Amino acid sequence: MSERADTTDPSRRGFLRRAVAAAAAVTIAPGISLVRLADARPPDQRVTDANRWGLLVDASKCADGCGACVDACNEENGLKGTGRPATDAQWIRTVRLRDKATGRETRMPYMCQHCEHPPCVDVCPTGASFRRADGIVLVDRHICIGCRYCMMACPYKARSFVHEDLTGQKPDVPRGKGCVESCTLCVQRVDAGDRSTACADACAKAGHRAIVFGDLKDPKSEIFDLLAKLPTRQIREDLDLNTGVRYHGV
Amino acid sequence: MKKVQFLEIEGRSLGYYALLGVLGLLVAVGLGAAHYMEHHGHVVTGMSNQVVWGIPHVFAVFLIVAASGALNVASIASVFGKTAYKPLAPLSGLLAIAFLIGGLAVLVLDLGRPDRLIVAMTHYNFKSIFAWNIFLYTGFAAIVAGYLWMMLDRRMSGYSTPVGYVAFIWRLILTTGTGSIFGFLVARDAYDTALLAPLFVVLSLAYGMAVFLLVLMASYRWTERPLGDVLLLRMKNLLGIFVAAGLYFVAVYHLTNLYFTERHGFERYILLDGGSFAQVFWLGQVLLGGIVPLVLLFHPTLGRSRTVIGVASALVILGGLAQMYVTIPGGQAYPLEVVPGKEVVGSTFFDGVVASYSPSLPEVALGVGGIGLALLLVAVAVKVLRFLPLTLDDASVDPHHRGAAASA
Repeated sequence: MSERADTTDPSRRGFLRRAVAAAAAVTIAPGISLVRLADARPPDQRVTDANRWGLLVDASKCADGCGACVDACNEENGLKGTGRPATDAQWIRTVRLRDKATGRETRMPYMCQHCEHPPCVDVCPTGASFRRADGIVLVDRHICIGCRYCMMACPYKARSFVHEDLTGQKPDVPRGKGCVESCTLCVQRVDAGDRSTACADACAKAGHRAIVFGDLKDPKSEIFDLLAKLPTRQIREDLDLNTGVRYHGV
Repeated sequence: MKKVQFLEIEGRSLGYYALLGVLGLLVAVGLGAAHYMEHHGHVVTGMSNQVVWGIPHVFAVFLIVAASGALNVASIASVFGKTAYKPLAPLSGLLAIAFLIGGLAVLVLDLGRPDRLIVAMTHYNFKSIFAWNIFLYTGFAAIVAGYLWMMLDRRMSGYSTPVGYVAFIWRLILTTGTGSIFGFLVARDAYDTALLAPLFVVLSLAYGMAVFLLVLMASYRWTERPLGDVLLLRMKNLLGIFVAAGLYFVAVYHLTNLYFTERHGFERYILLDGGSFAQVFWLGQVLLGGIVPLVLLFHPTLGRSRTVIGVASALVILGGLAQMYVTIPGGQAYPLEVVPGKEVVGSTFFDGVVASYSPSLPEVALGVGGIGLALLLVAVAVKVLRFLPLTLDDASVDPHHRGAAASA
């Protein structure tokens, strides 16, 4: 009851502000707001395997010198560099590769690959590393003991250990010194009904569209369509982990 | 065999208190280091997102592996029926428990969240070899504690053989589990091999025997109790065989990797280009920890000297720490492969490049504190309980002994 009382603003100014916001949402961007409301998962409802969230990275579109995805991830998740790159957390980075035979260079963003069979989840002694039914691989910060065995096991070196005190954290992105973390596919957005990640949004905004987020199981989704059309690969497909992140042009 | 009389050590000498003081200081410094690392975070260590397990794991894994090997002597008596070793069995069990506790203390204090130890004891993912190891370690401590009870309490002595069998099988599984912590890591060239499990078992035999010999010789010298040559010379020969077997497994491990083209890069790194890791491998692990002890232990005259046996045992321990240094941080320093056939030419997260690792003082202090804790437990235990026979002269341990002509 007290919660409800707290959220009620009886003042006239508050009412007007909300009325204006509601009108703007309906008239300016009705599609986005309504879809978001419809897709938001109530907190008491379990995640199901009806979705498999993932990314498609088109390396041929990843532009030289651009770090929009990295900046956006840092901003979205409250990651701040301390000037100590060896111990700073990085949930996404850009990697430049050169073909040993031809010398051809490619550039691509690289992050947790959200495997169907994640080695990090296999090895975690407490079960803090876990895979949600919708394919997102996460760390439960309440039961992570900071043993770092998942970092030993991850084939993608996708995880970071929080080496020092944190400040200015985002309320919806829990982090903590002494725990391990990695890309969450912007789970806070997914659960709020958003159908994009910070990195994919930033890449699109920068005009490249090298990262597409979506539901790999939804035949109506853009990512499903692109995966059907483009030749794609998994990184370290030899390990047979069935990653949720796929690459084109690598 | 004469009835063996066990007696607590007197433990009132200045030397004994000095020993307790030194070991206590090591433990205190180790705890201080752990507090410092916990307070500031692992940023004050040499570890990073590239090398996530450093010197604390080197010491912790060494101590745990040595713990299972320290039980060798008790197993020789109960499982392999060599009754001459029975008087040594209680010390063997004590060392096993003490070294396990020392190793686990280091392991726990190096966690990012050591305050969540209770979480590790209440939440289990049974697919994790790490979770199995929690049961293997606690189970080992419990079984060996029971084994000690059977050995030290005359009313229970009839059960010591069956419990000894259980402890022996359990210790083999335990070391298999410890080796598999690394063996089960699919993505790294240094690991991902079943060979690490038997390698760790063989290494444990050598490390545990070296620890046992050093502690035995030191205890009997400092308490001025007689210690004959018969068993000592047999045990140093056994140590030599274990060291040779360890070298054999290490050679097979590297030969297998050298046969696989995809692992040539790693082998070139760890054997040639790897800077401190390559040096520690050849000089520390192979030469000082393997070849030199072998020569010393099997030398026809030198091998009979207690000083030389002590030096050889210390070198085996040093070689063990070297082996763990090459295996644990060395195995991580070599980069992961991102895409086969492509080299990484640019990354902000150190992909494709060899990671640097400079151990920090707090890490070393924590690791040494673990050794201090293990030895402190032993030093206190032999004073309060009857672990050590009053005499281990040749006549009392071997009824067939004929003077000084015992074969080495």
